[in-house]
Amino acid sequence: MKSQKYSYNYPNKLGYFGNYGGRFVPETLMHALFELEEIYREAKRDSGFKKEFVAMLHTYAGRPTPLTFANRLSEHYGHGKIYLKREDLCHTGAHKINNTIGQILLAKRAGKKRIIAETGAGQHGVATATVAAKMGLPCVVYMGEEDIHRQELNVHRMKMLGAEVVPVTTGSRTLKDATSEAIRDWVTNVDNTFYIIGSVVGPHPYPMMVRDFQSVIGEETQKQIRVSENKYPSILLACVGGGSNAMGMFYPFIRQNIRMIGVEAAGCGLNTNKHAATLSKGRPGVLHGAFSYLLQDRNGQVELAHSISAGLDYPGVGPEHSALKDLGRVQYVSITDKQALEAAKLISRLEGIIPALESAHALAYLNMLIPRTSKKDIIVVNLSGRGDKDMMTYSTAFSVREKKK
Amino acid sequence: MNRITQKLKFLADRKEKALVCFITAGFPTLKATIPLVKEIEKGGADIIELGMPFSDPLADGPVIQASSQLAIKNGITLDHVLDYVREIRKHSDIPIVLMGYLNPILHYGKERFFTDAVKSGVDGIILPEVPLEESDRFLSLTRKYHLADILLVSPATPSKRIQNIDKVSSGFLYCVSTTGVTGRSNIGDIESYVKRVKRSAKNNSVLVGFGIKTPADAYRIAQYADGVIIGSALIQRIARRDSTQKIADWVRRMKEAL
Repeated sequence: MKSQKYSYNYPNKLGYFGNYGGRFVPETLMHALFELEEIYREAKRDSGFKKEFVAMLHTYAGRPTPLTFANRLSEHYGHGKIYLKREDLCHTGAHKINNTIGQILLAKRAGKKRIIAETGAGQHGVATATVAAKMGLPCVVYMGEEDIHRQELNVHRMKMLGAEVVPVTTGSRTLKDATSEAIRDWVTNVDNTFYIIGSVVGPHPYPMMVRDFQSVIGEETQKQIRVSENKYPSILLACVGGGSNAMGMFYPFIRQNIRMIGVEAAGCGLNTNKHAATLSKGRPGVLHGAFSYLLQDRNGQVELAHSISAGLDYPGVGPEHSALKDLGRVQYVSITDKQALEAAKLISRLEGIIPALESAHALAYLNMLIPRTSKKDIIVVNLSGRGDKDMMTYSTAFSVREKKK
Repeated sequence: MNRITQKLKFLADRKEKALVCFITAGFPTLKATIPLVKEIEKGGADIIELGMPFSDPLADGPVIQASSQLAIKNGITLDHVLDYVREIRKHSDIPIVLMGYLNPILHYGKERFFTDAVKSGVDGIILPEVPLEESDRFLSLTRKYHLADILLVSPATPSKRIQNIDKVSSGFLYCVSTTGVTGRSNIGDIESYVKRVKRSAKNNSVLVGFGIKTPADAYRIAQYADGVIIGSALIQRIARRDSTQKIADWVRRMKEAL
């Protein structure tokens, strides 16, 4: 492969990644968004901020996370070398904390006294409740009633950390509606409240900010793979719901000639109406403050997504992914519930790592990818979270299957 | 001159304040909308604001959210909304403004929507999730079709920005009474805020909406503003199935309070 370099400089001043992004929010929030943009710009220039951020990542979140050579998994497939970026080893069990540390430091700079967040699977809610506790700030987490039932463990964690969990009973009662409620809270309490968004979604500057905070994943990977292989990987693989772990892994490599694959949730299959494959099956539209691909019906109403993984169960996607799709820079594929479950089992048995259901989608794609790779290929999969929260789903799925046999 | 501007000028000449009444199209049933508009007009509404229901209405509180959800369940589409306007136009010249969210409009086709809206007899449009910075791509179209593009200001909007918003807004300026979503109770002391908006807005009438629930609220706000917009309080009355007569009476009391 030639070392062709890509030029890439998104977003622009108005928060657009090509055609996607922007700020589609009520006027009341515009002032807060300008203020946030300014605070973030200043923080980026301030070496003290960077130092504090890195210190917290190292001494609190447990970074750097290892890059593990998956020797048995590589042997299983027979060619190519597979590495796993171990975000499952972060404090609270997923990559989400990289971003919440960054944003809570901004909240402190902005002098905001109250933290709010939305959550689907509960990982972002836990990561937010965690840093809010560490900073001594009150925290309210909006969570769909449906997800509260599906992810009970994380609800208990948030409560133990001192956060108030507000059940959202409107619409589909999942992440989509929890996000809308969080935005409504922010519109109402904009003076004293900082909204910590959990993915590379929402109005500018959130998609950029969250991407930057998550970029530590790709930056560490660059250093680590050089130590073990003395070169860059040839393929990067990550799951995409809103898309923050994928952006964090991809962005530091974006100007390099490296193949990148984002894996969405195909749920029960792309030919059914129960999936969450926004980039594969959606159309551009506006939800939660940004123009991006969106699952919608023939009247432009937002459609419900479905995935066995609550973290991927979202009808929208970050605007930067929409741009990367249109540019052809990242290839987006999808994996069904069933394929993800199988992959989770395989990685557990071969590598001694129980992955989160979200991350299992990325791992499952190895089945399709590896037959078409060469021996020389080095593949890094972002193992974005651990599977503790999914144990009920796993044990139910596998015990049903045992019985069928 | 646009019907909205004409109506507001007519009222101003007579030292009257404007009453804008919001209802969700297709709520509580698809058939209810046209009779409701007739009664509300009879009650004394000066401008009708028709809500185009969306699955995820960010700027709306529980009352309008619930009404939108039911209307969607009833099968409401933008085609229905435009049909309602055509039907109303057969017997009335009351200014009609459409309020809604972007996605259904983008899906319908931006240019096609504005063309069809004007042809149906729509006079203006309110898009609460399209702030000044994103309005460019719509302004060229609304101007081309002589639709009023009604932008919003809020207590969080600095005066300089109000001036800029006022420059591109047409029809009137929608002055949001408090930070928050529609239908919240207790509007605080808004005298200084509305006066500030009036000082900054040289081109447009200033109409205040969000959280206006009683004739007393309307009276108090009309001291400083050119008119008021009522939505959630009206929807609540429709939701509990008040008779159209009762609703018209209530609208009349609101208008008389102004």
